[in-house]
Amino acid sequence: MAEPIQLTLTVNGAERTLTVHPFARLLDVLREQLGLTGTKEGCGEGECGACSVLLDGRVVNSCLVPAAQAQGAAVVTVEGLARDGELSPVQSAFLTHNAAQCGFCTPGMLVAATDLLSRCAHPGEPEVRAGLAGNLCRCTGYVKIVDAVREAAGPGGEAR
Amino acid sequence: MRGYLPDYDLRRPGSLAEALELLAREPGVWTPLAGGTDLMVLYNAGRLQATRLLDLSALAELRGIREEPAGLSFGALTSFTELRECEAVHRQFPNLVRSARATGALAIQNRGTLGGNISNASPAADTPPSLLAYGAELELVSSAGRRWLPYAAFHLGYKRLDLAPGELLARIRVPWPQGRGFHFFRKVGTRQAQAIAKVCLAGYGRIEAGALAEFRIGLGSLAPVPARARSVEAVLAGARLGALPIAAAQAALAADISPIDDIRASAHYRSVVARNVLGQMLRELDKLPG
Repeated sequence: MAEPIQLTLTVNGAERTLTVHPFARLLDVLREQLGLTGTKEGCGEGECGACSVLLDGRVVNSCLVPAAQAQGAAVVTVEGLARDGELSPVQSAFLTHNAAQCGFCTPGMLVAATDLLSRCAHPGEPEVRAGLAGNLCRCTGYVKIVDAVREAAGPGGEAR
Repeated sequence: MRGYLPDYDLRRPGSLAEALELLAREPGVWTPLAGGTDLMVLYNAGRLQATRLLDLSALAELRGIREEPAGLSFGALTSFTELRECEAVHRQFPNLVRSARATGALAIQNRGTLGGNISNASPAADTPPSLLAYGAELELVSSAGRRWLPYAAFHLGYKRLDLAPGELLARIRVPWPQGRGFHFFRKVGTRQAQAIAKVCLAGYGRIEAGALAEFRIGLGSLAPVPARARSVEAVLAGARLGALPIAAAQAALAADISPIDDIRASAHYRSVVARNVLGQMLRELDKLPG
């Protein structure tokens, strides 16, 4: 029923133009049209955070974003966190702390943690928990995840 | 199972005039879509019956928080995050900050809008109790003009609004609190984030010469609509701090609520907890120095 639209957006720093249904989910555009399958689909209703991406620098659930609303936006997926083959501090800390178990929530956790650290350089545990409150880990590996995010932030969060 | 994408149409007008013109030309056909945090959930579940969606997200006229003489005014597209980050909201309307923080989690707060929270008309939404307590007013626009109405008059019944087919919610305004104020907000859910309220209660009072000069209470998840606790308010009108009729107020609450059993809580649980939360608020208020 809808006319397809030309969607131009920046994905992980590169400008892309694609033909999409305006109501297609950003999640599906990323996974199926751009092949960026790092972003996962969990609940499909904005509860679990597995599909978290940054949209203009803010964490969103890509399963709840119609493609038309990403027109002109800058999207960062988990594939965009490493630079020139070097893991970001949050990614490295996840490795060090064994903060991934089955790994399904990990892309969303990494994106949400990146969002948190961009707004709050040295979060204490309560800030980390609040920042990741929309991301569920069914393996319940939260302790190591919180440790990893705090290590990535570096010292300074203890007193908070 | 998710909805069938080809069944859906989405238009994204670039101006409010264009949006209102489309609504006037085809009344009742287009369903407004803002942050998508309610409608996309229905779509993902295969339960989004509206197939023609009017995306409001490009309408600059519906954005922005403005300090006006009459109060603080929010464009309908104001996100929960924008509410949380606004200094004037922190200073004058702390219940709105707490409501915004209680809504979903960050990813939802970054996308969901105040206008959507109201228009989706869920009795369990987290900002309506605070808006009711602060005496909010709504500005509705259509191609025929604009009108203001008290938010307390907007909900006519379960998911029924005083909103004509060609109208859009444009702005929400809360009057500046005067003098000495008391602010209370409590949401009861299964956890702090990502929970739908079992019970929600917000209160705002103005204290003058040791007595309540003004007091409004907004309730969530306790009736088919976000509602004022008018019987309780009547019991408390003019009451003196230190001698609030707490038991009488709690007894009056039964007349203001009609809770139901559902997957989140039983009607009995909601009644008892609402009464207890009301008691908690009134004891806090009663202890303030006159």
